[in-house]
Amino acid sequence: MKRLPLIIFAILVVFLVIGLKLKPKEIPSPFIGKPAPAFELSILSQTERFEPKSMLGRVWLLNVWASWCTSCREEHPLLIEFSKQKLVPIIGLNYKDKDPEAIKWLNDLGNPYDFSVVDAKGKVGIDYGVYGVPETFVIDKSGKIVHKHIGPLTPEALNKDILPLLKKLNS
Amino acid sequence: MIPEIGHLALIIALVASLIQCVLPMWGAHTNQIQLMQVARPTAYTQLFFVIIAFVALMTSFINKDFSVINVVQNSNADLPTIYRICATWGSHEGSILLWGLMLALWSSAVARFSKHLTLPILARTLGVLGFISFGTILFTLITSNPFLRMIPAASNGTDLNPLLQDPGMIIHPPMLYMGYVGTSVVFSLAIAALLSGKLDTAWARWSRPWITVAWCFLTIGIALGSGWAYYELGWGGWWFWDPVENASFMPWLLGTALIHSLAVTEKRGGFKMWTALLAILTFSMSLLGTFLVRSGVITSVHAFATDPERGIFILIFLAILIGGSLTLFSIRAPKAVAGEEFDLVSKDSMLLTNNILLLVAAAAVLLGTLYPLILEALGLGKLSVGKPYFDAVFVPLMTPALFLMGVGPITRWRSAKPIDLVTQLRWALGATVVSAVFTPFVLRSWTPGIGFGLFLAIWITTASLVNLFNRIKSHPANAISALRAQSASYYGMLIAHIGVAVFIFGVTMVNGFEEEKDLRMSAGTSNSLAGYDFVLNNIQQVQGENYVAAQATITVTKDNQFVTVMKPEKRKYFSSQMLMTEAAIHTSFTGDLYISMAEAISNTEWGVKIQFKPFINWIWGGAFLIALGGFFAVMDKKYRFKKNKSL
Amino acid sequence: MHHKKLTIQNWPHGFFRSVLFILTLSSLGLLAVNADAQSNIAQPLAKDPALEARVMDIAKDLRCLVCQNETIAGSHADLAIDLRNQIQDQLEAGKSKNEIMQYMVDRYGDFILFKPPVKSSTLVLWLGPFLLLLLGMWTLWRFIKKQSKTKKVTVFSDQDLSQARAMLESKDYLKKDAE
Repeated sequence: MKRLPLIIFAILVVFLVIGLKLKPKEIPSPFIGKPAPAFELSILSQTERFEPKSMLGRVWLLNVWASWCTSCREEHPLLIEFSKQKLVPIIGLNYKDKDPEAIKWLNDLGNPYDFSVVDAKGKVGIDYGVYGVPETFVIDKSGKIVHKHIGPLTPEALNKDILPLLKKLNS
Repeated sequence: MIPEIGHLALIIALVASLIQCVLPMWGAHTNQIQLMQVARPTAYTQLFFVIIAFVALMTSFINKDFSVINVVQNSNADLPTIYRICATWGSHEGSILLWGLMLALWSSAVARFSKHLTLPILARTLGVLGFISFGTILFTLITSNPFLRMIPAASNGTDLNPLLQDPGMIIHPPMLYMGYVGTSVVFSLAIAALLSGKLDTAWARWSRPWITVAWCFLTIGIALGSGWAYYELGWGGWWFWDPVENASFMPWLLGTALIHSLAVTEKRGGFKMWTALLAILTFSMSLLGTFLVRSGVITSVHAFATDPERGIFILIFLAILIGGSLTLFSIRAPKAVAGEEFDLVSKDSMLLTNNILLLVAAAAVLLGTLYPLILEALGLGKLSVGKPYFDAVFVPLMTPALFLMGVGPITRWRSAKPIDLVTQLRWALGATVVSAVFTPFVLRSWTPGIGFGLFLAIWITTASLVNLFNRIKSHPANAISALRAQSASYYGMLIAHIGVAVFIFGVTMVNGFEEEKDLRMSAGTSNSLAGYDFVLNNIQQVQGENYVAAQATITVTKDNQFVTVMKPEKRKYFSSQMLMTEAAIHTSFTGDLYISMAEAISNTEWGVKIQFKPFINWIWGGAFLIALGGFFAVMDKKYRFKKNKSL
Repeated sequence: MHHKKLTIQNWPHGFFRSVLFILTLSSLGLLAVNADAQSNIAQPLAKDPALEARVMDIAKDLRCLVCQNETIAGSHADLAIDLRNQIQDQLEAGKSKNEIMQYMVDRYGDFILFKPPVKSSTLVLWLGPFLLLLLGMWTLWRFIKKQSKTKKVTVFSDQDLSQARAMLESKDYLKKDAE
């Protein structure tokens, strides 16, 4: 009975230790393992429109970005390098942006995307559970979302999470 | 030069705290009087050097020394002087230094006001406080050094968060930390008593004023924080169950339980084990709260810049200090709860019920705050726990305690007959039911919540008055003599309890009767709310020391009588480009008019939010009454301890 | 020449006259304001207050994901505004509150609910405090009962009684610190 407070405290400390490794601000996607929501958006600088179902049969990346997003600049060089390897199609979701500014941003900093689609009002973003920029989705051949990376892509995330996943999905 | 002096002073303070911890403790263990006598001067020495460090940091801010990283990150050349001073504690590093300062102040207070304590107890108490100081200063030096320089010096700073550029910043953190850190005294006294094997009624009597004073400051600190959020955040809320708020509320709940439990131990001798445990838990909650808001484990409005290294350090410190004290408790706590007996219906049982309710309430707040973490750690998904949970759980838990507040003071120790209680309180109960039921009808609106809240507020007040009346009646002489014959302790209880009633009244009225309107306003438009009429005269641009603002001028009338002119602003601070909503508030006896500017619709038209908050100031008025009651109680003669005669 | 002081005795005439004068002025002013006010009453911010109220009713139960401890109803953040618009669109399309809440949870998880849902993983959260309370009260009750049992067992011997008598007579016990 007198040891009860100590035991409860010990359990609490264990949880707090685990807690130090967690990231409370990140909200995991409920879509993991579920089909990527359908949409139809116009492509930046072009007249055609795009639907995700046209990507069925291929593994691809959907990267949410915007010219007003400062964190996107952090991941941009990495994305450019990654796109040169041509491992997988990278499609950008230009989120709540203005076309002229988006185009200028890509001209200034480089364009890693096969193309970008314009989500001016952010409605598709909401459909995908986007709550911040940048975010990156990995979508498999059957159109299911298998991974979501929140925040700028880092070399660790790329090497540890995404590349192995791509290998597995493509085999 | 000055930052280096501060840095050096802190290192010396670290050494002093180590000496303060080790020598007296060893002296108490081996019964060497000279070693134990080292405690007091060492505590004063530590305080001296911590003050030097603190002043050094403050001077760097006043002098705009942008070679000090902390100054760069938390101030700006245009920041008004008073806020440069407050910026000293506006960051994680600075506020930890404030923590250390408060700890040193409390230690010195113990050194000064302890003539009645036996030397071993004093030595051990200061020893434990020294250990806490050591950990705090070590943490500051290793992970949170405010004296780090940058070379070359910056030309300007990035500014103090505009939300903190406010009078509330001057007083809220110091008051809060006085209370928060002050719970360490009664913690140390308990450890000292457990180590000495002297957990007795004398210990209980010594502890009571220390926890009461700390608790008073904590009450004021929390009330100031709430009031500040109300007028600073710009949309009229005053309590959000934010993790940082909870971090200060949990020690408050446990501190309240401790004060009541000490009353039982002091008077009746029993429950020493329980009281000692509460003393340990109250400060443990303070420490836990400090960990939660600085480690990144929980996200919050208040969260300081988080750093895993800091989190690990605090957690290790926490584990050692609390784990150690709870281990000591499990070994040394008195075996039998040898106190005088009491019946099911008695003041004793009611005070203990109060304790259980407060403890469960604190546990509920802790559970709600940590639950997202627990669930995620167990891989059971991610959710968030917000205000609706805490309101739904806390209020039902507190209600019986609030009802007991009316009954407890009237009940006799050891044994009371329920019939007697009912007889004494029947008029109070009747009056309460009638007024609680009818008042809302008079006020044109009734919900169970309003009736309920009014019932509790009026009940506590009438029952307290019945208690006072009985005491006057049973006194042999006249009323004036009877009033004079009551102790300061009794008046303290009365004032504090009525403070609670005032608080409940404020909360009930605001929640039940507040009104608001969201309007599009431009020059010349008008509207009305809660009987007041508002006309927007104009919107113009004004400039402050370090911001530019759109300011609306609104004339308020009531029944065609001029009331006031209100000037809400939307400010943009130069350095951070942050937008801040400065609400305009007009306070009257019946409530607050609260006007804030939402967003610009065009150059001439703005979205404006007008609110009426009835009796909202009774919330903080009640809290201050509670603190006042505590101060009265401490003034009681029985706490004027004479010098200890025995060894 | 001395000025007539405004004392209580003589204020009625001048006073009432001035009051009347002021009242007339202000009623004229009021009329002017009223005429203006009729055409210048500030309109509610929302274009459709009834719909807005329904949006807010749902928004107040959803957490703003990019704020600290605010609801979508109160927040000025971009995402909050977007989500409020989304709620409005869905209400206009005829969806119910439950459907809209489910829509949000499908996309953002339980985290977006301001009030934690009652499900198996939150039973401890919702029931824990009350179970703890019952446990505490039961412990106290048992303790009180146990007390009175031991009391009845105590029997005092003759030696105890004479010792007690001696102590009372010597008044030694008065020397203890008075409480």
